[in-house]
Parts: sequence; C-alpha cells; structure tokens
Amino acid sequence: MNRADDTLAVEIWKGGTDGRLAAFEVPLRANQTVLDVVTWVQRHRDPALAYRFACRVGMCGSCAMTVNGKPRWTCRTHVAKVAVERHLTIEPLRNLPVIKDLACDMTVFFEKWQAARGRFEGRTTRHDEVVQLAPDTPARVAIDAGIECINCAVCYAACDVVAWKPDYLGPAALNRAWTLQNDTRDAGQEARLAAVAGDAGCHNCHSLQGCVAHCPKALNPTAAIAGLKRAVFRAALSGDL
Amino acid sequence: MWSSYLYVAQRLTAFVLAPLVLVHLALIVFAVQDGLSAAEILGRTRGSLGWGCFYGIFVVAAAIHAAIGMRSVAAEFLRWRGWGLEASATCFGLSLIVLGARAVAAVVL
Repeated sequence: MNRADDTLAVEIWKGGTDGRLAAFEVPLRANQTVLDVVTWVQRHRDPALAYRFACRVGMCGSCAMTVNGKPRWTCRTHVAKVAVERHLTIEPLRNLPVIKDLACDMTVFFEKWQAARGRFEGRTTRHDEVVQLAPDTPARVAIDAGIECINCAVCYAACDVVAWKPDYLGPAALNRAWTLQNDTRDAGQEARLAAVAGDAGCHNCHSLQGCVAHCPKALNPTAAIAGLKRAVFRAALSGDL
Repeated sequence: MWSSYLYVAQRLTAFVLAPLVLVHLALIVFAVQDGLSAAEILGRTRGSLGWGCFYGIFVVAAAIHAAIGMRSVAAEFLRWRGWGLEASATCFGLSLIVLGARAVAAVVL
C-alpha cells in the first residue's frame, strides 16, 4: 500500500459477528494509543463506529479490544509498540458476543463472576469492630497478588479453554473467587468453593497461561486457579465438597 | 461437581502412575540388554505375583486416567456433552481395563 510516512493503515471490525474489516488511514502521532486511533476514526471518518471506553487511564477496564490478534487494553497500548509496519488490525474481544463493531456484550462475563460467587459476603455489622488483616500473612499476600483486577476481560478473551468450552467460568471470575477464599472476613467460602468446583469450574483450566501472558495488570490468574484446584482437591478428599 | 471428582481421580491415578511408569521404562531398558524374546519376558513374569500386581495396578490406573483425559478432549474439541460423552468415556475406560487385564493375564498366568 502506498501511503505517507506520517499515516497509519488501520483495519477496524465493522458490524456484528458476521461483520468484516473496514480500512482507514489515520494520522500517526507521537505517544498515540490504540484508543486514540479508534477515537480519531469515529470523529473524522466513521461517526457510527461503536466502541467502549471510560477512564482512558487503565482503571476502568472498558476499552479492551483485539489489537493485531492479541487482546489488549487500548488506552494504555501505544501504537508504536504494537503496529507492524505502521499497520493495525482492531477487532472486538474474542469469546464474547459482538454487539456492534468493537463493542462486546459483557453480560456473560459478569454473570460468570456471580456464578463463581465473586462477591464479598460479610459476617459482621456496623456495630462490630473493624477486622484487621495483617499485611504479611500468607492469605493477605495471596489476596494482594490478585486484587488489582479491573474486569477488562482481556484474560477471558485470551483463554483458549473458554474458546473450547464456553460455559467455563474463566480466569477473571476464578481469580476473584480465589481472593475471596483467602479473605478471613468473608462468610461465603463454603458455597464459593462448591461454585468453583462445578462442571464449569476451576479444574477445566489447563494452565496454558494465556491469561498471564496478556493480563495488562500483570496478574497471574493461573496461579489463583491452581490455588482453587488445591482447595477443591482437599475438600473432595475430606468429603467437604 | 461430578467433574471435580473426576479431576481428583485423574490426579490420584497420576500419583500412582508416575513411579509405575518410571519402573516400566527402566524395565524396558533392562529387558533388552540380552535381546528381547518372548521366552525371556515370560521367564520373568510367568507365575509372578509381584509383576502381576504391578501391571494390574498399572492397567487400572492408566484406564481411569486416560478415560477422564479423553472425556475432556472430547468435551473441548468435539463440543460433546451429556450422557453420550459420559457413556463413551466409561466404555473407553472399561475397554482399556479389559484389554490391559487380558495382556497382564497372558504374561503372568
């Protein structure tokens, strides 16, 4: 393709699941992010382009897309680091239904968080003392390792097991369940262990570590899932499952 | 929950198989030192309660382990679910037990 040195050739997914890639030429800028590129296309070339973002600073987990075949958070992904010969292909996340263009339906992703009981269940009231969690205990260290998840679904899109077995709960929901299983204040651990031991649960993970390779927060959901597997294993042997 | 117990069974049979496979591989290397012949193999195994138990346990553990593994492969790559999957995996495991037991009986009895 003949194009000026200061432009970027961008292909963006248009339509639903049966859509196709549309080509755009976008001005190349210093420190440009992939989200900047998508925004430029919407503002200058295709006002109907659908995509999702909110914070633009890597906190909200809204803007994940597939960039040159890999799931990424687009607001913190610099074009200079991912463009191949000034070319970008931007598609919606894998493993989720496409609503339109780059916007996926996240419903199933968040339903799986609930299915894994990924919510805190307290045992105290406002009248009780605030429970102290010592920062150096093994349980607190395990929580710290997984607590920074921003629900961006990059790990879910990267997971081959989800692609092969769509009912699998996936790395994000199980990572969240593991942080709660280590929370000494939580009262729902027995039910949560049963939830992650179900047929769609943690033992489906093959430790392929696509989630680890792509997590923008550098978390290790595979390690969290391994922790859940050990807990399920012990519970099954002791008849507590 | 059923597949969690299958996961546990597959891991437990892996614990059993790990040392058995190592002994089996070492035996293969040892057995061919003086040439591999039916007489040499049968001389070692025929009437041996120890080798009978060794390979009997090997067969049962391998059949359980492999059947659970094949069940996962079929579920993921063929999108197979339901009673057909469970029945096929069970038949596969039972077939391995029958074939393996027949082989063990042939060299021990």
